[in-house]
Amino acid sequence: MATLVDPVAGAVMAPAWTRVRTVTKELGDTFTVALEAPGGSFPFRPGQFTMLSRFGIGEIPISISGDPADPSSLVQTIRSVGAASLALTDVAPGSLVGVRGPFGVPWPLEAAAGRDVVVVAGGIGLAPLRPAIHSVLANRDRYRRVCVLYGARTPADLLFAGDLHTWRGRFDVDVMITVDNADHSWKGSVGVVTDVIRRAAFDPASTTALVCGPGVMMRFAAGALLADGVAPHDVFVSLERNMQCGVGLCGHCQLGPLLVCRDGPVVRWSEIAPFFSIREV
Amino acid sequence: MTDVSDVLGTHPFFFGLSAEQLDAVAGCAAPATFDAGVPLFHAGEEADGCYLIVDGDVALELVAAGRGPHVIQTIHAGDMLGWSWLFPPHTWKFDAQALTYVRAVRFDGAGLRAASDEDTDLGYTLLRRFTQVIIDRMQAARLQLMDIYGDPR
Repeated sequence: MATLVDPVAGAVMAPAWTRVRTVTKELGDTFTVALEAPGGSFPFRPGQFTMLSRFGIGEIPISISGDPADPSSLVQTIRSVGAASLALTDVAPGSLVGVRGPFGVPWPLEAAAGRDVVVVAGGIGLAPLRPAIHSVLANRDRYRRVCVLYGARTPADLLFAGDLHTWRGRFDVDVMITVDNADHSWKGSVGVVTDVIRRAAFDPASTTALVCGPGVMMRFAAGALLADGVAPHDVFVSLERNMQCGVGLCGHCQLGPLLVCRDGPVVRWSEIAPFFSIREV
Repeated sequence: MTDVSDVLGTHPFFFGLSAEQLDAVAGCAAPATFDAGVPLFHAGEEADGCYLIVDGDVALELVAAGRGPHVIQTIHAGDMLGWSWLFPPHTWKFDAQALTYVRAVRFDGAGLRAASDEDTDLGYTLLRRFTQVIIDRMQAARLQLMDIYGDPR
């Protein structure tokens, strides 16, 4: 008998309910929530996301920000900007949270092996890139030069400051941080992240660039990478859209020919560039 | 790089200049060093030149009464600093201060203007390259003004 909902797709529409382990305030409105891995283990690939929900309030897509080497915990970083995200950050350890996923196309870390890897993050865009950085550094000998370029609003808005400090201490990764605004006490770089791209040392002919941040930032970052000679198909961006089903059924996250939940969130710049300057999308 | 000629001969800002033009520019250039915390110039002073930063970092600052200095942008190795020498009233609009020990090449503004008037091809080339610096800074400033990392609501 024909059914309205595909049984396989239907199964992924039902959340697994799991408990909050810890909630860590990262910034004023940004929290990292560690959940018990549904089923005891939650393997994922860097760049993938889940649909997180609080019962009776709502469900939203959230990038996974934890270490892929540790599937015993599901770590997600959430900026509180609406009812559902507020409900997901205003939780006590032990609270129940619904999880569906992981969903989506991951960062192309396999294809980047043997090449330079340039990670360009802006603001909370560092969260979806953090698993990729963990993975690259855990397999450091598989890659050539590795650059982590991060832009934030002010020095007080640097996400994962502890990780940034650790990564900066390594000799095998170039970490460059810049902020848009700073007072006299900040001795680091002030300026936009595109300036940092210009100063970073990498081989553009053999570079895979992973970019995540606000849309405007990604557009200008991609432009700076292309100006340096990186090919458009070697630049990957992570898109943020209104994902609802997470499996390409509902069409809410359509962007041009793509259903971002299924065909993204990580896509090649060469595929998506034309849509970044269309006001209507 | 050991001297000014090495810097001028290898920096992209001066690519394509003839030997005579490079000589004219080199005639306006001198090495300069600044310890960390030492100002390169202050707002309101005569803008009598510009700096090609060879090593180190410089903060461009705006000082507002009662608010202390605010860093607008940092300038790094390879960057050209200063264009107020190009246009009247030849006055710096911001403060510049060395964040680290800085090695730079300082160009005399009046000398560059005179060399440009004498050789207008050189002047046109320099003006185009300084314009690119100005465009880059203006676009960066626009992005900073957008506050793209701020609250999306």
